[in-house]
Amino acid sequence: MNEKTRITQFAELEAPLDLAKYIESGGYQGLLAAMAKTPDELIGIIKDSGLRGRGGAGFPTGQKWESVAAAKEPYLVCNADEGEPGTFKDRFILEKAPYLVLEGMTIAALAIDAHQGYIYIRGEYPEIAKNLATAIEKAKAGGYLGNDILTNGFSFDVAVRVGGGSYVVGDETALLNSLMGNRGYPMLKPPFPTEKGLWEKPTVVNNVETLACVPIILACGATAFSSVGSRDCPGYKLFSLSGHVATPGVYELPMGTKVREVLEKAGGVTGTLKAIQIGGTAGPIFGPVALDYCLDFPSMRKVGGALGSGAIVAINTSVNMAHVLEVTMRFFAQESCGHCFPCRYGTRQLDYMARRIALGSGRADYLDLMRETAAVMVGASFCPFGQSVALPLTSLLDGFGDEIASFITEQDYLKEVEA
Amino acid sequence: MSVLLTIDGNRVSVPAHTSLLDAALTAHISIPTLCRHEDLQPKGSCGMCIVKINGQPGFKRSCVTEAEEGMSVFTSTPEIRDIRRGILELVLAAHPADCLQCIKHGKCELQTLAERFEIRDLRYDRYARGLSVDKSSKGIVRDMNKCIGCGRCVEICGETQTVASIFFRNRGADTIVAPPFGKGMGDSVCVNCGQCVVYCPVGALYEREQIDEVWKAIDDPRKTVVVQIAPAVRVAIGEEFGLKPGELCIGKLYAALRAIGVDVVFDTNFSADLTIMEEGTELLERIAKGGPFPLITSCSPGWIKFVETFYPDLLGNLSSCKSPQQMLGALIKTYYAERSGIDPANLVSLSVMPCTAKKFEADRPEMNASGLRDVDYVLTTREIARMFRQAGIVFADLSEKEPDPILSGYTGSATIFGASGGVMEAALRTAYELATGKTLERLDFTQLRGMRGVKEAEVDLNGLKVRVAAASGLGNARKVLDMISGSSHRGEPSYHFVEIMACTGGCVGGGGQPLPNGLAKRECRLEGLYAEDRGLPLRKSHENPEVKGIYAEFLGKPGSERAHKLLHTGYSAREGW
Repeated sequence: MNEKTRITQFAELEAPLDLAKYIESGGYQGLLAAMAKTPDELIGIIKDSGLRGRGGAGFPTGQKWESVAAAKEPYLVCNADEGEPGTFKDRFILEKAPYLVLEGMTIAALAIDAHQGYIYIRGEYPEIAKNLATAIEKAKAGGYLGNDILTNGFSFDVAVRVGGGSYVVGDETALLNSLMGNRGYPMLKPPFPTEKGLWEKPTVVNNVETLACVPIILACGATAFSSVGSRDCPGYKLFSLSGHVATPGVYELPMGTKVREVLEKAGGVTGTLKAIQIGGTAGPIFGPVALDYCLDFPSMRKVGGALGSGAIVAINTSVNMAHVLEVTMRFFAQESCGHCFPCRYGTRQLDYMARRIALGSGRADYLDLMRETAAVMVGASFCPFGQSVALPLTSLLDGFGDEIASFITEQDYLKEVEA
Repeated sequence: MSVLLTIDGNRVSVPAHTSLLDAALTAHISIPTLCRHEDLQPKGSCGMCIVKINGQPGFKRSCVTEAEEGMSVFTSTPEIRDIRRGILELVLAAHPADCLQCIKHGKCELQTLAERFEIRDLRYDRYARGLSVDKSSKGIVRDMNKCIGCGRCVEICGETQTVASIFFRNRGADTIVAPPFGKGMGDSVCVNCGQCVVYCPVGALYEREQIDEVWKAIDDPRKTVVVQIAPAVRVAIGEEFGLKPGELCIGKLYAALRAIGVDVVFDTNFSADLTIMEEGTELLERIAKGGPFPLITSCSPGWIKFVETFYPDLLGNLSSCKSPQQMLGALIKTYYAERSGIDPANLVSLSVMPCTAKKFEADRPEMNASGLRDVDYVLTTREIARMFRQAGIVFADLSEKEPDPILSGYTGSATIFGASGGVMEAALRTAYELATGKTLERLDFTQLRGMRGVKEAEVDLNGLKVRVAAASGLGNARKVLDMISGSSHRGEPSYHFVEIMACTGGCVGGGGQPLPNGLAKRECRLEGLYAEDRGLPLRKSHENPEVKGIYAEFLGKPGSERAHKLLHTGYSAREGW
């Protein structure tokens, strides 16, 4: 029986593409266990485990699978379009444990009776895409993928598709559009992809990390998985730590761990902590009060934030928050897909005003106008991307508005720091 | 099934699946929008149409949200008005503030909403996009500085017309609509149908104007300006002057053209009758020879570029007839020059067309039967209306005038050329009588009329069941062509004769017609054409005395060598996407 209960334990192999080594180290135990189960049982196990999607929304995975259970030949898509700034945990998994993801996909396919899967990987990960193709070939040669998997009569194939470099395509509906060869615009929900997805067929879209949890749950049991982490958000979670921490990187800790402890894992904050951004650029920027926040989906929602992808960016007092504002707004302007007017034009104006402020030519009334612009975008943007700009923006203005306002009038920030 | 809901306190009952935006209209509430058009798919891009639904968080786009039983909807709360004003300010900050010089001034949907929401000043700093204006096309100008990215043109070009010459490029605020690979419209697969112009809410896509050149020709005492007017113009131009769509204005048009100084007034309807003689003869010849079938009409220049680009294998099926515009142009520079004794070099051949593709057609190098251009300038219905306004002509009050006595007489068959199915109906009236020697009892081929995309009929010509079809809109053309190709691969017969018009409904809905130019309006114009047809004393092209006369006097007989030299043409394959 496999003792490995965490993703990072599968990520220690020197040659991650060596299938034999993966199996030797406990790989494909989950699939073997799954082969003995019915689809209903598999969905039941995932539901029992309490696994929630690791991509950002935290939707219960078992429930998602169940919603396509009655569908004929649904598609399975692995969302590897990891575009959230400060997030690099999917990259870590795909680089270090590609077979774990393929195994997870195969189990998911068994559960929902899918015969074709896709890994949609961001264009910025070309090396990984190549390695994934190799891993797929090897898994097929080894009988773990393709026709008649493990001579069990079940067939499932996976193809890798490389994105063109758009953040919005990380949204599952935009991803499906891109996968079908369309422009990566988001689609209206409902219908949800599980009702009408890829080429109009029911489609399950799961994040890389979510799928990587699946073999572990199958091998160790739902109870083992759910015994760790928060009660309504169990399991381990990969956190991407960057910014002013001593040792940036990916850390795996139970769901519900406090921000303080996660930062300590990364060697602690360098300098004096000023702000923390949690969940990615589309999440709020908190002050040091966030050190005591618990990192799971419901807890973060309670404090007005979001766990998102599990990205944590520490910002120390050397940073001018006007520059954080500029970098954040530039990101939104560069990544707006252009489909809807509020986001297309709103991000452009927010970017312009933030840049003027950072360059020392801002106007005092910009801050109010930025808030009002964000309100228009919250009310009328087509997809969550345009609506989410308000989170970092209003949190910056609420928490650091005085500093930014004073920078606009005095441009005094650097002087103060030096003094 | 219908659903009952409340909109701003009004109880309304609408069929299930009605959008909230349409449901509101039944309560006499016009929810503002910049991207929604009744003829097209809702896009949900502009965000202007948001509404509040009781019990639901946030706002919903009323264009893409269906009415549900028991809903209570609010369309104009203070918050909603603020958001709408905010969106308009954001759009206007990026939009050139040159409304007074803009071709869409007074007809611009953005301008209308800016006025409606009283956007008097902008809190945002304006910025210029600094993009160059694409004038590479003979028919259509593309100015992306003015584009608001609604996506209507992309849908009409890609989905309705299946030409897909333009698509979104770039991302976010840099999004524009453009042909691929940085090409200009003139170097793309664009067929110049101008449907993008019809649906553009702002001045980002518009006809390439030739008004200045025409004024210069009119004002040049050495030049004799000769005009021809297409069938579909006469039932649409009145809209530019407050008259009803479909109202027949041909007498006023003749009068107005003379009033602005045009020397000679002919009518494209004459050459439409002539086209029937030539094309009808071609059909009867093919029937005698046993093919190739189907014979496909060639009067719609957008269609011609489409088939040259996408279906070069079918070029042999096309009628060799020039379009009525080009036939009359060729006759003006030869027959009329000879008869009037005017040096053809001093004749300026002007045509008034419902169409932007006619500009491209007139410019095709081979369209020079006399050695000079068959047609020198093509003005759209909208452009000639502008000239009338410049000249101060009170069009609606004009007394009707007559055209010049030659190259202008026409039958009912000619006037229905402006309707999808009309060329086919006209051809059948003549072909039947010429082939059978009998008089056609019922002239109205109603199965070929109306706005349906593909229409079919069968006619008995001396025992041969002749199967015909008429398609309008290039997406429908594509369906018919694929069917024809499929049948011919399987060795099965399809049709004997097919009419194709590039624009939905035919020329009445052409890219040069008065705006707005939606499908409902096109139907009124169709009715106007059929009404004129019904009221004319002669309704069959072969009965046109002037047509008989020009054959006797000048052309010989239909399909003669001279007719071929002047009235027929050829086609060649073009590069695709």
